[in-house]
Amino acid sequence: MPSLKDLRNRIASVKSTRKITRAMQLVAASKLKRAQEAAEAARPYAEKMQAVLANVAASMGNNGGAPKLLAGTGSDERHLLVVMTADRGLCGGFNTNIVKLVRQRIEALTRDGKTVKILCVGRKGRDQLKRFYGALIVDTVEFTGIRRVGFAQAVDVAKRVFELFDRGDVDVATMFFGRFKSVISQVPTAQRLIPAEIPAGAKTADLKGGAYEYEPDEAVILADLLPRNVTVQIFRGILESQASFFGAQMAAMDSATRNAGEVIDELSLRYNRSRQAQITKELIEIISGAEAL
Amino acid sequence: MAKFHFDLVSPERLLMSAEVTQVDVPGIEGDFGVLAGHAPLITSLRPGVVAIKAQGRDDERIFVRGGFAEVNLDGLTILAEEAMPLAELDAAALDAQVKDAEEDLGDAKDDAARQKAQESLDRLRELRVALVH
Repeated sequence: MPSLKDLRNRIASVKSTRKITRAMQLVAASKLKRAQEAAEAARPYAEKMQAVLANVAASMGNNGGAPKLLAGTGSDERHLLVVMTADRGLCGGFNTNIVKLVRQRIEALTRDGKTVKILCVGRKGRDQLKRFYGALIVDTVEFTGIRRVGFAQAVDVAKRVFELFDRGDVDVATMFFGRFKSVISQVPTAQRLIPAEIPAGAKTADLKGGAYEYEPDEAVILADLLPRNVTVQIFRGILESQASFFGAQMAAMDSATRNAGEVIDELSLRYNRSRQAQITKELIEIISGAEAL
Repeated sequence: MAKFHFDLVSPERLLMSAEVTQVDVPGIEGDFGVLAGHAPLITSLRPGVVAIKAQGRDDERIFVRGGFAEVNLDGLTILAEEAMPLAELDAAALDAQVKDAEEDLGDAKDDAARQKAQESLDRLRELRVALVH
């Protein structure tokens, strides 16, 4: 049976924990708003980009002349997984869920005898993957200290992906990120970057037998368009991932705050009960003492 | 006049998605106008102004800096590298663009890239003179 003083101390400590989690929840909520707006504003561009690529791919058909970034290198032996997680924790299962998806993919790929490389974007993902797949991690990008992640960061990540690709070290690149569905729901998602992913069931424009005219010419446009697409998809992934992180953190801190409240209620009840019991005991002692006289 | 669907997006936001009658686009090989039923075309853009005409409202002018335009039978899509309505564009914003372009030129590694950056820079300087005065 803890003493009254012990109970008082515990109540005080849980109260200050609740203050911290509530503050974190409020901070996450206000950052979430901005991150969500950014993620939602970036969606149309990424989607239009994919639609344009789908049209181009459809109009080119399978004539073999397609650039590597669109059609692939012709092999799928070497995979690069770009894993986007947060740099910080205290966000429930957000990072773990993404890592879980990545691990399933790694298991499946290695079972098929493929080689896997990992590029970590975000510190938490690296920390979790390091234990089992430390040898596979080729690079890590962190955004700690950057106040507002912008297009420049996506360019930086894309540059590292292209370095590996141009060296011929990878055939397929896939990006893993938490897609921001709503504040309470973030879906770990895998999206192929190289070769460019054409969304399944995408409606491609019907050219009625015609073909695109290219200015200046097809090769120049595609040489520009395809790397840009990879960068844009990465940018989108980063923004979605950020919004998801704040959403997850907000939800996690909300439930932590609520839990702390419950613990405080329970402790206060116990505190009051034992205080009353003590008073009663003292009274009984006094009364029985007085009666004895 | 016949209408077609027009989308203008930049990485940061969707600037316009509407039914329009005519759009003038600053293509890399010269400005061109798009009307409904234009032949399928994909082109890169140079810095310039996209002019949009639609029924029942005023013409709109939007500054774009590079990107792509795609025309198909469904309509026109512009994927701009950067875009902002001309009304929001002032001398300071253009100066920032010019500075960006100068940095691009400094970063250019080979001749082709350098030439491209130089053209873009020249064009921006012209626009700066034309628009601000």
